[in-house]
Amino acid sequence: MGTVTFRIWRGDGAGGAFRDYSTPVTEGMVVLDAMHQIQAEQAPDLAVRWNCKAGRCGSCSAEVNGMPKLMCMTRLADLPQDRPVTVEPMKAFPAIRDLVTDVSWNYRVKTTITPFTPRPPDAPDGTWRMQQRDVDRVMEFRKCIECFLCQDVCHVLREHRMHDRFIGPRFLVYAAALEMHPLDTADRRSELRSDQGIGYCNITKCCTTVCPEGITITDNAIIPLKERVADDAYDPVRKLLRLLGLSRPDR
Amino acid sequence: MTAASYETFEHDVLVIGAGGAGLRAAIAASAEGSGVSVGVVCKSLLGKAHTVMAEGGVAAALANVDDRDNWRVHFADTMRGGQYMNDPRMAELHAREAPDRVRELEAWGALFDRTPDGRILQRQFGGHAYPRLAHVGDRTGLEMIRTLQDHGVHRGIAFYMECTVVALLVDAGRVVGAFGYERERGRFRVFHAKAVVLATGGIGRAYRITSNSWEYTGDGQALAYEAGAELVDMEFLQFHPTGMVWPPSVRGILVTEGVRGEGGILLNKDGHRFMFDEIPPAYQQQTADSEDEGWRYVLGDKSARRPPELLTRDHVARCIVREIKAGRGSPHGGVFLDIAWIKQRLPKAAEHIRRKLPGMYHQFKELAGVDITSEPMEVGPTTHYMMGGVRVDAETQMSTVPGLFAAGECAAGLHGANRLGGNSLSDLLVFGKRAGEFAARFAQEHGAGRIPADQVEAASRNALAPFDRSPAADGGGPYQVQQDLQGMMQDLVGIVRTQTEMERALEGLAALRARAAQVPVSGNREYNPGWHTALDLAPLLTVSEAVTRSAIERTESRGAHFREDYPAKDSGLGKIRLVVKRGGDGRMQVARVPVPPVPPELQQIIEEIK
Repeated sequence: MGTVTFRIWRGDGAGGAFRDYSTPVTEGMVVLDAMHQIQAEQAPDLAVRWNCKAGRCGSCSAEVNGMPKLMCMTRLADLPQDRPVTVEPMKAFPAIRDLVTDVSWNYRVKTTITPFTPRPPDAPDGTWRMQQRDVDRVMEFRKCIECFLCQDVCHVLREHRMHDRFIGPRFLVYAAALEMHPLDTADRRSELRSDQGIGYCNITKCCTTVCPEGITITDNAIIPLKERVADDAYDPVRKLLRLLGLSRPDR
Repeated sequence: MTAASYETFEHDVLVIGAGGAGLRAAIAASAEGSGVSVGVVCKSLLGKAHTVMAEGGVAAALANVDDRDNWRVHFADTMRGGQYMNDPRMAELHAREAPDRVRELEAWGALFDRTPDGRILQRQFGGHAYPRLAHVGDRTGLEMIRTLQDHGVHRGIAFYMECTVVALLVDAGRVVGAFGYERERGRFRVFHAKAVVLATGGIGRAYRITSNSWEYTGDGQALAYEAGAELVDMEFLQFHPTGMVWPPSVRGILVTEGVRGEGGILLNKDGHRFMFDEIPPAYQQQTADSEDEGWRYVLGDKSARRPPELLTRDHVARCIVREIKAGRGSPHGGVFLDIAWIKQRLPKAAEHIRRKLPGMYHQFKELAGVDITSEPMEVGPTTHYMMGGVRVDAETQMSTVPGLFAAGECAAGLHGANRLGGNSLSDLLVFGKRAGEFAARFAQEHGAGRIPADQVEAASRNALAPFDRSPAADGGGPYQVQQDLQGMMQDLVGIVRTQTEMERALEGLAALRARAAQVPVSGNREYNPGWHTALDLAPLLTVSEAVTRSAIERTESRGAHFREDYPAKDSGLGKIRLVVKRGGDGRMQVARVPVPPVPPELQQIIEEIK
């Protein structure tokens, strides 16, 4: 397959620049393999975050030719090789070094979401009964590997930097998984509307496009959540009941 | 550099490792009382540990699918699978407690696939008499780690992400803390703790072909060894029979045993289903004698016996090696694993495969361009799991050094000479919880120890030494030394072992150690993977030596340990375990200790469930 040039962003929080590295490629190689080869042969201090190398841990997120991708699942054969392959860090998060960004914000955001709150067990032995179809409804959301590519591509975070007012698609998916969990009893509508800023999402579906797990983020998670939140806040009958102190947290 | 500069953090319990065992330990420690301060050091980001790669399921005798199952059968299966080298008390505790540990996950939000009556569904797996693995498609590990992570972050536990521990601090024969560095800025950290739990996983990175990621460099085993603790069973290293073999860049990536659990069969290049050719005597009564019976078993027919693809991993891996060596392998040096064949027996088979094995479908489609619903996969053995590790007390998981605990893969005892699939996820839940609990109690009963300044100073000096070395003359950089080690262990201490090759490996290890001591690092301390790789060489070399020395000493073949020069079992050696410890002269010693005796009531279970 010959030699391919990789134009890799090298730098840190203070700034950086692209640098070119050429390396021989072999059949089946993915971008992460090329980064490792360059590390081993040319740039031993090239910072790359990775783990499973099988698309299951979500560590090696970066932007390949401008597209948010898992480097371990991006095959070189699928990229044009007559020009350099650019590899740069995610843009929605502060740079640490080279391809590694500071994603700790995501971990902080998650703790602000009301945790799983199950109903009392269904059986005397402390277990629950659930139907497969009810479980299947949330399985899609629970496939999330927390690669944060959806956060990276979301313009509310990427361009408008509203990290303090909007939790981003990843955590809307997380909230949806909890809200639709067959056993969960908590009500997250008010926090979603206020602190978590669900209203900022204007459904451009970029997150769905980049999800390496193929989660239909916008249609299956965010829109149903928005409907739920809107029903709660703006339904005139519910509003009246609430004003009269007669509302109950049914869903 | 003179006085080391570092930041200090105080905890009652420090957990090193944030996979399933570490997280479960941290949750258990924090549950011992609101006053218990718990810290967790993660080598990577939280939720990325190798537990996410566990695919097939978690073994627990819930008896939801087959009511003949109970803890006794699970115990007997685990002992038989481990060739009776297991610690029987650990095997008993594991089998008894696993169901509660799995049910507890559901209370914390985990969602498993369901039976028609709404309970947790269980699937077949190698060596388990009944369908026993609670699962979620083929991403059970992700479900478990996410559940533990999301539960854990609301319990006041401090998480130190992207931080690597390079030394344990020992004072007056007791562990008092740990020394490490954080990746982002390369700054040092001293963790002052009353008890330490090791939960660092395996050693797969000592081999070229492995299912393990960069993290698995034997840290916990090496840290324990350096702190004076004993390791045991280090010759028992599991080679998972089915790793990907093509294309080269994905070689070693795991292909779940769940493929075989769902009916996948192994074929050689002639299309012959070779697993029927040799059935070990201990399993003859439990194994199907026709393809038809095997398929009926897959469908859940309780009168049918298991297909031979679901024999234990050590046996399946050796049969695959036999086919490849005899020239009957697949084009890229593996054999064929075929799940697509079930369309002969099942309507809508393609859809069924995609639903039951979505991760595998995706993995082969994306990485190998293979559609597993219509084509066979090429697979071969891959270094997967260390049965041996830190020698611990069965009840408390404390090592032979007071205050130092270990759980999950880096501890030894439950699995004996071979681990059954699904028993690692249950292991980390059962013994993670125990380790956390007893570590917290140890912390409550003991005051904080004194941090020995000289050890901190020495650890800091060692960690920075690579920066002071001149660029490699001929010894090579850190990546080169690591690759050479991996190649050597793969070739000389792999699935099939001999005395002469392993003695060459010992010489090779000495040479690699000398090179590692001279390895230079360029760049600075900030997120510098060259530096991290250089520091990972020390634990890798320690565990590689422990594996090699133990494997030389065991002059027989048993479980995962196969000696070409001693192909039979030796009943004498079947009664001893090999313990690795640092001798007074600083050199590694291997000692023989008896296998723990099986109490009569447990022996009776083994006899009854043949």
